[in-house]
This record gives sequence, structure tokens and C-alpha cells, in this order.
Amino acid sequence: MSSAGGAGGDRLARTFAAVAPRAALVTFVCGGDPAPELTPAILDALVAGGADIIELGMPFSDPMADGPSIQAGNLRALGAGVTIAKLIAIVAGFRRRNADTPIVLMGYVNPVLAHGVERFARDAAAAGVDGVILVDLPPEEADEVAPALAAHGLHLIRLATPTTDDRRLPAVLESASGFLYHVAVAGITGANSAAEAEIAAAVARLKAATRLPVAVGFGVRTPAQAAMVAAHADAVVVGSAIVDLVGAAAARGSNDVPGEVAAFVATLAEAVRGAPRRLAA
Amino acid sequence: MADRDPSPSLRSGPDARGHFGAFGGRYVAETLMPLLLDLEAAYREAKADPAFRAELDHLLAHYVGRPSPLYFAEKLTRHLGGAKVYLKRDELNHTGAHKINNCLGQILLARRMGKTRIIAETGAGQHGVATATVAARFGLPCVIYMGARDMARQAPNVFRMRLLGAEVRAVESGSRTLKDAMNEALRDWVTNVADTFYIIGTAAGPHPYPELVRDFQSVIGEEAKAQMLAAEGRLPDLCVAAVGGGSNAIGLFHPFLDDPVELVGVEAAGHGLDSGEHAASIAGGRPGVLHGNKTFLLQDEDGQIRDAHSISAGLDYPGIGPEHAWLHAIGRVRYESVTDAEALDAFALLARVEGIIPALEPAHALAHVAKVAPAMAADRILLMNLCGRGDKDIFTAAEALGVRL
Ligand SMILES: Cc1ncc(COP(=O)(O)O)c(C=O)c1O
Repeated sequence: MSSAGGAGGDRLARTFAAVAPRAALVTFVCGGDPAPELTPAILDALVAGGADIIELGMPFSDPMADGPSIQAGNLRALGAGVTIAKLIAIVAGFRRRNADTPIVLMGYVNPVLAHGVERFARDAAAAGVDGVILVDLPPEEADEVAPALAAHGLHLIRLATPTTDDRRLPAVLESASGFLYHVAVAGITGANSAAEAEIAAAVARLKAATRLPVAVGFGVRTPAQAAMVAAHADAVVVGSAIVDLVGAAAARGSNDVPGEVAAFVATLAEAVRGAPRRLAA
Repeated sequence: MADRDPSPSLRSGPDARGHFGAFGGRYVAETLMPLLLDLEAAYREAKADPAFRAELDHLLAHYVGRPSPLYFAEKLTRHLGGAKVYLKRDELNHTGAHKINNCLGQILLARRMGKTRIIAETGAGQHGVATATVAARFGLPCVIYMGARDMARQAPNVFRMRLLGAEVRAVESGSRTLKDAMNEALRDWVTNVADTFYIIGTAAGPHPYPELVRDFQSVIGEEAKAQMLAAEGRLPDLCVAAVGGGSNAIGLFHPFLDDPVELVGVEAAGHGLDSGEHAASIAGGRPGVLHGNKTFLLQDEDGQIRDAHSISAGLDYPGIGPEHAWLHAIGRVRYESVTDAEALDAFALLARVEGIIPALEPAHALAHVAKVAPAMAADRILLMNLCGRGDKDIFTAAEALGVRL
């Protein structure tokens, strides 16, 4: 692949190096939730609260790997008229304010195909996107998308799961880039949480197989859970809990959704920063 | 179309990665990939095992009642005044539709794989009933996901499923119809990977489902071919079948793909193709990815899936199986569409003329037959898949016809 990170250099690698030895805090929000006009302020709030990396969800009408929280976030955002083009423009605006915090776009493949793969890769890279996660695009089907992302220096981030056995892991790692996202539980977002021993064992196994940083997500909702995961992984991903907060604040008619997001993320960041480090280097 | 298949047969798909030309594949969350690879391996083994086929054939004969008759619809033929019309009577199967052919095959596979819990999605409820039926027969617990809107319009089937011991879970997300039920079934599967077998009800979804559903439904076309040769000494000129996800249609068509037989799939045009309220993915959709496969989908310009509409719950789906997408792309099968109103007319027509109340799904196929048969010569032969009976639809039909029950 060409030099990852395009014009920004490899922002993901720089971020992981800068925060080490502690784990990075990765926060997920649905792009355009509750309304696209609020997304720039929410992205800034994630950074103000202490997020190291941002995952920005690209909403889809049929998010079949997501639980009720993120389904609802997708519907709010789509109802408010968000599109991939709008999200890319929002990222471009964010980059003018923030040159350092990596942004990973996360979603399902169909809206990307509809947008046009080459146009998506070119515009996302130019806007300052660093990587892409496509939940329903396993390595076997990546041919239509991966070359364009690579040509524009975008990381295609791969997922490993509790069902990724030793037969399967090489296929996942072969094309992995940026970081490896370990889905801690077999299931949808926002449902169950994995036990600490399982997470520790899974991260150890993955780190023995790849030099990429290993992020752990799914089922991490509270500062205590974030601290627990941070003790073992290179990054902790929190999604549904933030999306729920956004949904609740919007439903209440809060006039400071970004402020509420920043306050919650600060509790996660504090927990991650204070976590004991048990990860073998 | 750049689909170059070195083999001259159109029956050899999909390729090793589950693609039919540019369609099909396995677009699923990584959690499900190892399960699909296991399923494919188990299916290859089962296919090669004569004992598997023997058990399936025995059940098809004695439990389902196969072969289903091939019936020369003499009165309908006279009424339409053209081609000879034959009906493949899959509505006479146990549970009243073709769905059971596939469910039996899949539950035998589930048992072979040591799975102990069954899940399925359903639209009209016919696949749900067929799944609940085989789950009862094999003593496995069963959860059926059904859109809340479909539960309201197919209440008798909800009761049937519960009677058969299945748990029916109402799906309140999205359009509350079949596509949402499939989302919810996939969410269940990804959560219960160790013990659960997902019996998909149509020839769609991630590889190997389109292939194995097609294989299990091909009994329809194989029987019909032999029966037609026995009755007429030749193959039909035209085969017609309704297309929701496409399982009854591919089951009828597949054995004829290499023969000089014209094949027509009939999509649901709902209130009309121009109304925007229809379920005709080929006539009104574009290629995209949903529910694990690449195929024609109803979607907006941003790639968001649009709600389908059809009076027939079994056709009310915004996609179509990937093999149909390919057969359309290469021009081997023609896809036509029929509106709600035309299907209702055909529903009433068959009841009056032949004494057979069809399901609203094959009523779509019949409406197309009624359009084309009169213009065909009397020595031409038309074969239609009567893939379900209409008992489940009497409430919907009565309401549409303005009758209070
Ligand atoms: C009687 C009947 N026909 C047709 C269909 C549509 O499915 P397919 O296109 O897979 O045959 C259904 C689906 O529920 C059905 O019940």
C-alpha cells in the first residue's frame, strides 16, 4: 500500500506511539446524530473530553451488526438527512481545526458503493480521513474497495472476533492495516460484555500474531469497563454508551449535547489514563 | 455482460467464493464468516453422502407428499384461449407452499452439524410455518422473527407457528416487514453462534445459502420436467414463477436453464412501478449489498434501502436472490412485474375457473400467464409454479375486495 494517512502522514501510527504505554481511547458516534449541524461540535467535544481516535459512523438503513442503540442513532441521523458526502465535508472542516486526531469512518458497504468507491476514497483521503471500517466487507469480498482505499492512503481496518479461530486468523491479518479491531463478544453492538480473562487472552493471542496495535470494543460502556480493557489492549473502543447519551440528550431537548458528550468522554479518558498497564510489551 | 463461464452449462454456479457473475458473495460481519465456511463444508459433505439424500427423499415423499402433481388446467386454458397451461401443484405440499422443501433440507443439515436451536425470518409466514413444522418434527427449539406489520396481515400463520411450538418474535424496527425480520435473525445468529442454525427461507443471503436453497428447491423443476415429458412428450415452451427472494422460481427454473425453454420471473409491482411503492428489485432497483449478498436492491441514491410494497407479504422484499440477478444480467431469464390489482384479479380467477385458491404470491405469476397465454398458439405449452395455496391470504384478499369477514 502507498504511504498510509495521505497528506497527514500516518496519524494512527503517530497517535498510538504518542499515547504509549497507555491505551488509546477510541470513541464512536453516529455521523449526523442527532443532526448533521451538531456533528462538528460533537467531534470537537470528543477531543475535548480526551478521545485519542474518533470512529465516525456512516449511517445505514439496515445496520444488521448493530444493537438497538446504534440502530436508533442511525435512524436519527438518516432522518436528519445525513449522507456520506456531508460527513466527508464535516471531516474536512474538523481537519482545519485539528490536524492530529485520527478519524476512522465506520459503516456498511452499500452506501459506499452507492457513493462510488473511487470518489469515496479520493474525497475521504482529501478531507483527512485516516481509515475505514466496513462491517460487512470481509477480506474475501474486499477486492472492489480495498485497492482504491490503499491507493489513497486509507487504512482498511480489519475485525477479529471470538469466532476468528486459528484457521481464520491469517485471512483476517493478511490485509489488516492501521490497527486490528478485536470484537470482544460474538454479537451485536451494545449488548453483552466480555470477561477480563477472555479479553486478556484474546489480546495476547492477537499480539502474538500481528505487530499492529490491537483495539478492543463491543460491550465497553462504563469508565470501569474502559479501565479494565485499557489494562490489556492498545486501544479501548466505546460506542453505544455515547450514542445512547446523544439520543437521550436530544430527546430531552438538551441545548448542550456536545457539552454532555465531552463530560462523559472525560470520565472514560480519566479511567483509561489511570488504568494499570498489564499488557506485555 | 462480462460473465465468462468456461463451462457451457448455466447450472454450474456459483464459483468457489459464492459468486454468480458479479452477484452473490459473503458480505457479512467477520463473526459470521467462520460459520458460513463451516456450513459450506458441511453442505458439500452432505451433498456427497447418499444417506443424506435418501433421508431427504424419504421425508419429501412421506412427510411433504411429493411429487406434487403436474396439473393440466384445462378450464383455465379454455378461458384464456391460447397456450396449454400446466400448474405445478406445490401448493398441495404439507404446510401449503414450496417452503417446506428447503426447510427439510436445512434442518437435516443442522442436525448433521450438531446444532440444537433453529431460527428463521418470515414474511408471509409460510417459511415460518414450514420452519416451525420441521423444528417440531425434529424436536428442536425454534425462534421465528417476523415483522410486526406482517404479523398483523398474516395472523393465521402466526397462530399456526405458535401451535407448532415456535416462539414468534415481533420485529418493530425499520419497515416492520421481511427485510427487518432478516436483520433481526442475523443479529440473533451473530449472538448465538455456537448452537444456532439459521434456516434462511429464500435463495438469497450470504453464500452458501443461495446455492443450497436452490438445490433443495430444484426438486420442483426436476419433477416438473419429468412429468411434462411424460404428459406431453416434450418440454414446455415457457415457465413462469413469482419472485420474492426467488426460491420457488429458481427451483422451477434451474433444471431448465440449459434447455430451449423461455423462463419468466414475475416481480411484485405493488401500486405500480411508477408509484414508487412496489417490490420489483430488478425492474426498479440497482445492484448493491444487503443481507450478505450483492444483488439488485431497492435503494435511494445514497445506498439506503427503500421499503418494498406488495399486497403479498411473501414478495414484500427489497432484494432478489443473486442467481436471479445474474440470470437477468446475462439475459437468460426475463423479469416482468404485476401489480397488486392484477394479482387480485388472478387470485379470484383461479378460484372461480379451476376451484383452486392460490396464494397471492403465485397469483402474480398467474396474472402474467393470463396476459401472455391468450397470444400464444394452442399447441404451445406454458408451465406455472403454483407454489402456495391461498388460505393464509383470505383476510387480505377480502379486505382488498371490500368484503368484511
Ligand atoms: C407461497 C409463496 N410463494 C412465494 C414466496 C416468495 O418467496 P420465493 O421468491 O423465495 O419463492 C413466498 C414467501 O413467503 C410464499 O409464501
